[in-house]
Amino acid sequence: MIRLFKDPKFQEKVVFLFLFLATLIIIVPVVLVIALIVARGSSVLSWEFLTAMPRMGMRAGGIFPAIVGTSYLVAGTLIFALPIGIFSAIYLSEYSRRNALTRLIELAIVNLAGVPSVVYGLFGLGLFVLFLKFGASILAGSLTLGVMVLPVIVTASREALQSVPKTFREVSYSLGATRWQTIRHAVLPHALPGILTGAVLSLSRAAGETAPILFTVAAFYLPRLPKSVFDQAMALPYHLYVLSTQVPNVKLELQYGTALVLVGLVVIANLVAAVIRGYFRVKKQW
Amino acid sequence: MVNASEKIQVKELSVTYDSVPALRSVSFSVLEHEILGIIGPANSGKTTFLRTLNRLSDLNPKLKSSGEVLIDEKDIYKKWNVFQLRKKVGMVFALPSPLPISIFENLAYGPRRDGVRNKTRLSETVERSLKAAFLWDEVKDRLNESAMKLSGGQQQRLCIARTLALEPEVILFDEPCSGLDPISTAMIEDAMRELKKRYTLILVTNNTKQAARVSDRVAFFLMGELVEIDQAQKIFTVPKDKRTEGYVSGRYG
Ligand SMILES: Nc1ncnc2c1ncn2[C@@H]1O[C@H](COP(=O)(O)OP(=O)(O)OP(=O)(O)O)[C@@H](O)[C@H]1O
Ligand SMILES: [Mg+2]
Repeated sequence: MIRLFKDPKFQEKVVFLFLFLATLIIIVPVVLVIALIVARGSSVLSWEFLTAMPRMGMRAGGIFPAIVGTSYLVAGTLIFALPIGIFSAIYLSEYSRRNALTRLIELAIVNLAGVPSVVYGLFGLGLFVLFLKFGASILAGSLTLGVMVLPVIVTASREALQSVPKTFREVSYSLGATRWQTIRHAVLPHALPGILTGAVLSLSRAAGETAPILFTVAAFYLPRLPKSVFDQAMALPYHLYVLSTQVPNVKLELQYGTALVLVGLVVIANLVAAVIRGYFRVKKQW
Repeated sequence: MVNASEKIQVKELSVTYDSVPALRSVSFSVLEHEILGIIGPANSGKTTFLRTLNRLSDLNPKLKSSGEVLIDEKDIYKKWNVFQLRKKVGMVFALPSPLPISIFENLAYGPRRDGVRNKTRLSETVERSLKAAFLWDEVKDRLNESAMKLSGGQQQRLCIARTLALEPEVILFDEPCSGLDPISTAMIEDAMRELKKRYTLILVTNNTKQAARVSDRVAFFLMGELVEIDQAQKIFTVPKDKRTEGYVSGRYG
């Protein structure tokens, strides 16, 4: 028996099996979650469910305002967070020297990434809703989500910029380009796929989080579309939460249907990003 | 009195990385329309020297230099605008370094950053440069394909053409054939012989035979020092310094 364990071939098999099982365990919950949501939720999926207002205290009708609300929030989040995130990533990667200030900024980014999302919610309530008097609104919610996803965007963009080979920069400088020209024409285009990945990751997070929008934008039941960025809006994750805990006698299928739409949106965004990345990889390689 | 044909004058140039010396008080001149070969074992400071000439060395914050380098009798640190200097002093790197964009865009990269927008002017520049680097016939039908699809030798000629597109006066080659087969190497050497009619060339090479084949004069660097500079055939037949003799006869690195 002991001899068997010392046999390298046997060891090899044991290790392989072990690693394979560990990997399998990762897949199982993902598959189960999606299977469950699809199995229970797909029966309510219909054109009406996607495009109609909720009726009868959300027990019937569709979830259109929540879809629209989440889309606005995601768009707003990216409008605020993408430019700031990318610009600061460019600064950190291309302009700053390593010194106390950059180390402080890095520390801030790491800590920002670790803050629980409900704390962002409270922060947004304090700063955007109350202090800046935006009220509970799409604007306040987008800004709150934007602050939350900033570290994701900065970190991903920075890694993307730093993975662009040093030779590209040297070639560009050797051809008389200025620093900004070099960043703009020899670095940024080749970092775009990585930056895009960060953007989609943050999009998924912004679409899925409940806590940050709880106090800053989310409406419990608002069967009409928002008219301006100062309006409240329904949102998919919060709607799901409400259906599951706050409204009695809701058909279970409605909850799973809502979850299915939310997951579907995120999956579609990820697929689009994957296709774009694939296109870049085929066209540009080094 | 300055000799008018001295394109580059180097006066007591010393360079350190984090105060570790890489060049020690090097002084010599490069003449207009010559090919100056620079030979020497690894870490003798050849690359450091080239990168000082076009001030690519500015990018390395650890690097400090002292002494003077004059190009066209103007100090490269005090009188030259660094971006103008780099257009005047082109560089071809050791490894073929095309950007992962089309052949045309690689060639147009320099002129575009220089403000050239006119499409026909860019096309003319691209064609002229590719012809001068003996690459035009091989790529004229696929200018819009990625430069990464070219062979290593073609990529290296593309890089030569890319510096030519800026109409430089000096071209620096840092071991341009180190990764190439003999035929590609011969093509690049032919190109250099042709180019020297219009440009001043400096060729750093690990290959002493190559230095002997193409250089007019040769400089021998050792541990950051310029040991000797002379006519190529003298360096390879009757060197003045024992260390040069040892190196060219194959006793060093
Ligand atoms: N970026 C750098 N940072 C620190 N030290 C460096 C750097 N580049 C070169 N050096 C040092 O400077 C000295 C000269 O290096 P250099 O690259 O100029 O030599 P070289 O003659 O080009 O060598 P090779 O034939 O290997 O290319 C070496 O001791 C090297 O370790
Ligand atoms: Mg070198």
